[in-house]
Amino acid sequence: MAVVEVRELVRTYETSSGFLRRGRSLVHAVRGVSFEIGAGELFGLLGPNGAGKTTTIKMLTTLLLPTSGEARVLGYDVARESGDVRRRIGYVFGGDRGLYDRLTGLENLRYFADLYRVSPGSRERRIEALLELVGLSGRERERVERYSRGMKQRLHIARGLLHDPPVVFLDEPTIGLDPVGARELRAVIADLAASGKTVLLTTHYMFEADDLCDRIAVIDKGAIVAEGTPAELKRLVGEHTVVELEVFGVGDEVVESLRGVPGVSAVVVEERGQAQVLVVQAHASGELVQPLLRQLDGVQVGRVSTREPTLEDAYVQLVNEA
Amino acid sequence: MIRALVTGFVMHFKMLARGGFELSIVTFWPAVYATLGYYIYRAGQEPASLFYVSLGSTMMAMWSTTAFACGGAIQRQRWLGTLELMVAAPIPFIAVLIPITVASTAIGIYAFATTVVFGRVVYGVPITVAHPLMFAISIPVAILAIGALGLLMASVLVLYRYAGSLASATEYPVWLICGLLVPLSLLPSWSRPISWVLAPTWGINALRSAAFDGPTLRYIGLCLLATAAYSAVAIGFIAYFERLARERATLSLT
Repeated sequence: MAVVEVRELVRTYETSSGFLRRGRSLVHAVRGVSFEIGAGELFGLLGPNGAGKTTTIKMLTTLLLPTSGEARVLGYDVARESGDVRRRIGYVFGGDRGLYDRLTGLENLRYFADLYRVSPGSRERRIEALLELVGLSGRERERVERYSRGMKQRLHIARGLLHDPPVVFLDEPTIGLDPVGARELRAVIADLAASGKTVLLTTHYMFEADDLCDRIAVIDKGAIVAEGTPAELKRLVGEHTVVELEVFGVGDEVVESLRGVPGVSAVVVEERGQAQVLVVQAHASGELVQPLLRQLDGVQVGRVSTREPTLEDAYVQLVNEA
Repeated sequence: MIRALVTGFVMHFKMLARGGFELSIVTFWPAVYATLGYYIYRAGQEPASLFYVSLGSTMMAMWSTTAFACGGAIQRQRWLGTLELMVAAPIPFIAVLIPITVASTAIGIYAFATTVVFGRVVYGVPITVAHPLMFAISIPVAILAIGALGLLMASVLVLYRYAGSLASATEYPVWLICGLLVPLSLLPSWSRPISWVLAPTWGINALRSAAFDGPTLRYIGLCLLATAAYSAVAIGFIAYFERLARERATLSLT
């Protein structure tokens, strides 16, 4: 039985603008999303900013009501049985908000433990174990305002696990963390999944999804554009090849002309110091480098390399096709 | 549930007590109000009336922190990103809000200490309380009643991202209409019914009655009645507005 079941979930926002002449418009944040997550699975919802990841997770955590469609967590409807859902889920989001800065880490955990109905007898033991899990033992009596961003994020994880929920929703938990902090947090997330918890992780970091997730759904413009294991998603672009060209001072019109080269399916520009790297995806058949170089006539070109597609390339391809 | 209420109260009181701005409201401003009141009432040449003014200043500060903190409480939780976590908690949202609003009013206890000590030290205001026990009971009862009014405001304001400004707009009108600054008898008769439905009216009457030998029990009873009435309405409102907030997506900052 699926722990999380999502069927044709839709969420529309009404926004207004203007002062004297109020104009109203509808924003379709999530358009008919469906997926299932099995027990003990670490499922990734991968997509660019504004794709509908957070809106989806907020509906699953009962914070938003769906406009239409249905979602169940452990068999409970998120709209009609929100109390039953809340008792069984943990919700952690990224960034340094969601904590009381003027309180210590320990005070924050005690407060949320009581909000999440942790029994008085086990509260202190549970807090101690979680501080150990997230590596904050010994720092719990410091005010949160003195914590680094990474420490705050680990405290968030501890908070989300206080009532030992079987299902945990993590909304971009590593956002804004330095590489070391992000790696430590990914290790904590991997431990969660290893301990048998069902985890839904939203992220826009491809390597994070590749590293952690059993299965991934790629979401863009409010709709799921692909779903599968990281290996399956990579195979979606298995027939593709990727050419990386280091260039200096390339203009938008030249990049646009590359998109017109036969066989090219996507072009992404990455800024790397003084240089730019053009990541060109194309169907594997035929020679590609020469036609690309012809389009770059007059542009200073550095290193040129060809490689197999990664999950990131698959993601770019899927999002471009959406 | 009781444990969540107590822990919530302690934690939110600590947070307010550790905030410079909140402390300035309940220490500096009451001293200013007391000074103003002192010069207004000095013309009356009646030393006892100065303590009457001190109590009014205390209640003014208490209402200020309630209006600021209860309207701002929701917005502050939104800014901190904790509002969603509170709503997502398994305990009823009302049980999360009660400690916030009562702590916001209770921080006014600093105002009480400030005005009494300030009045005594600077202006030599005599502190004579006719019924000390009733006076001691009146303080928490008044805090509860005003906190419950704050709860009612907060439950309505959960929907609005600019809740703080709306709540702060009630600050001065309540000072006047509830007789905190000037006696109710000086106000036009049409304002009386409004004052009757506002807890600060009964809170200040309870304190002043205990200090000056009035019908304190009656006012304590009215404070408790107001607490029960506000809480009952707030419980109904909060369930409705929480659902509306989930519909309209107003729980988060963005």
